[in-house]
Amino acid sequence: MHANDPLDVTRRSLIAGGVATAAVASTPLGAQDAPALAQRAPAATLPVSLKINGKTRKIDVDPRTTLLDALREHLDLTGTKKGCDHGQCGACTVIVEGRRINSCLTLAVMHDGDSVTTIEGLGQPGNLHPMQAAFVTHDGYQCGYCTPGQICSAVATLAEIKDGIPSHVTADLAAGIAPTEDEIRERMSGNICRCAAYSNIVTAIRDVAGERA
Amino acid sequence: MKPFTYERADSAKAAAAAIAANPNAKFIAGGTNLLDLMKLQIETPAHLIDVNHLGLDKVEKTRDGGMRIGALVRNTDLAADRTVRRDYAVLSRALVSGASGQLRNKATTAGNLLQRTRCPYFYDTTKPCNKRQPGSGCAAIGGYSRSLAVIGVSDQCIATHPSDMAVAMRVLDATVETVNPDGAKRMIPIADFHRLPGTTPNIETSLQPGEFITGVTLPKPIGGMQIYRKVRDRASYAFATISIATVLQPDGSGRFAFGGVAHKPWRVEAADARASQGAAAVATAAFAGANPTAQNAFKVPLVQRTLAAVFTEAKA
Ligand SMILES: Cc1cc2nc3c(=O)[nH]c(=O)nc-3n(C[C@H](O)[C@H](O)[C@H](O)COP(=O)(O)OP(=O)(O)OC[C@H]3O[C@@H](n4cnc5c(N)ncnc54)[C@H](O)[C@@H]3O)c2cc1C
Ligand code: SF4
Ligand code: FES
Ligand code: FES
Repeated sequence: MHANDPLDVTRRSLIAGGVATAAVASTPLGAQDAPALAQRAPAATLPVSLKINGKTRKIDVDPRTTLLDALREHLDLTGTKKGCDHGQCGACTVIVEGRRINSCLTLAVMHDGDSVTTIEGLGQPGNLHPMQAAFVTHDGYQCGYCTPGQICSAVATLAEIKDGIPSHVTADLAAGIAPTEDEIRERMSGNICRCAAYSNIVTAIRDVAGERA
Repeated sequence: MKPFTYERADSAKAAAAAIAANPNAKFIAGGTNLLDLMKLQIETPAHLIDVNHLGLDKVEKTRDGGMRIGALVRNTDLAADRTVRRDYAVLSRALVSGASGQLRNKATTAGNLLQRTRCPYFYDTTKPCNKRQPGSGCAAIGGYSRSLAVIGVSDQCIATHPSDMAVAMRVLDATVETVNPDGAKRMIPIADFHRLPGTTPNIETSLQPGEFITGVTLPKPIGGMQIYRKVRDRASYAFATISIATVLQPDGSGRFAFGGVAHKPWRVEAADARASQGAAAVATAAFAGANPTAQNAFKVPLVQRTLAAVFTEAKA
């Protein structure tokens, strides 16, 4: 139960968040400039243009809007999920400018002009991305909540291996990297699956990498 | 999050000017630490200055044979850089042991150095914390302290600095390059960059208000066997319980920096001087004067045993 553990902020932060919302008048310890904050008016919205799944979409958002909330609440792209909202679970993983990131820990306004690929952009029923198809084939999920994040992360993981980006388990920093089970497990550690579908997820990813397990 | 206004800076100069004009402003780089803390209202800036578009995202050779890392270079890119992998392997290893692939794609060099502690009470706004609210007390002393510091602590704060990257930079004698709002530049040796908590745990670095990090320089490569060993509660995606960055030379000399044990990456000259005498001698010198709690006293022998494993690995 401590914030040292990336997975474990939830209970504490939910309580802190709950208190802050329920009792608007009470200020959390540490918000020293409380009076100034109370008077702070919501900032004016800012225009943001995003190239999402190949299409340019323009929105006006409060600067506080995360990329995740912009996708889900402003653009009706609810495939991307919110798990922890603190970078600890990977459910919100999307691909921005070719790289996977946690969309909960970045602001929409910081991505004005960027290209974003979400699970909806990878493929659709009838026209699945090979990674989506492999998750179906190998049963790489149970409830499915973590799955869009897992799949976006998996697609980017294979690209990172191809690009020779090392991981914690890469034995030789100078050599090429193979999509081994160890490499995939380590690189996918930022995606938590509460249903623990991990072994089938790894099998699906290795299948797409051409390393049939 | 509390409301804030937002601007994108287009030069380091503009970023410095923007912060000078607005003392309640903060720079935002990857945002992976700042936004987390803003959601919890631990950080409450009134204005954000986005510094992602300043062109500070390059890794270059310096004239003296060293390397200059732009402040906005992502942790992924720094770890993957060919020269870093070959000549500063301990830095590459430290980076890939931190956070997750997604986070490393966003996290920047400067942001990583400036990430704040993971002390559980710092995160819990219902508890006293001298770092979050000076003078309120320290809930960790006498509280849940397993993950906290064992050396360099004060009676005001026993937090650790959570970065892996910074521990490797400490062992490599990096220098932090900054510019002040008035345009004055500074070079800060990493040894002097992070501070011990003392009576002001809220002041974590030697940066002045508004001072902007433009990059980090590394001296020319020193070769040797470079190892980063991180001990944590999970095999991946967890902060260090303790960590060791080391460069061991064929002649038996070496350098050691320790993470997860203090308010800054921990390195002691007397410990480096004992490299040839082995793990016990080095650990004893590095942790002379340690002042752990009952819950984290295990870290001191854990460091020594981990160091023994590092020596064995270096000989293999
Ligand atoms: C779940 C999780 C697990 C993690 N695990 C690890 C781990 O195991 N090891 C580890 O080392 N880290 C870990 N991290 C922390 C991560 O490394 C940091 O969040 C990241 O490095 C911060 O970089 P950033 O660019 O996102 O910083 P930001 O959040 O953008 O900024 C952090 C601070 O630096 C300031 N700042 C940024 N750039 C500048 C500049 N150029 N000049 C002056 N000030 C600046 C900002 O104002 C802010 O105060 C983890 C984080 C999460 C969320
Ligand atoms: S150890 Fe430091 S950060 Fe933790 S509660 Fe005490 S003062 Fe706050
Ligand atoms: S929602 Fe959990 S990492 Fe973003
Ligand atoms: S399938 Fe249920 S959380 Fe992963």
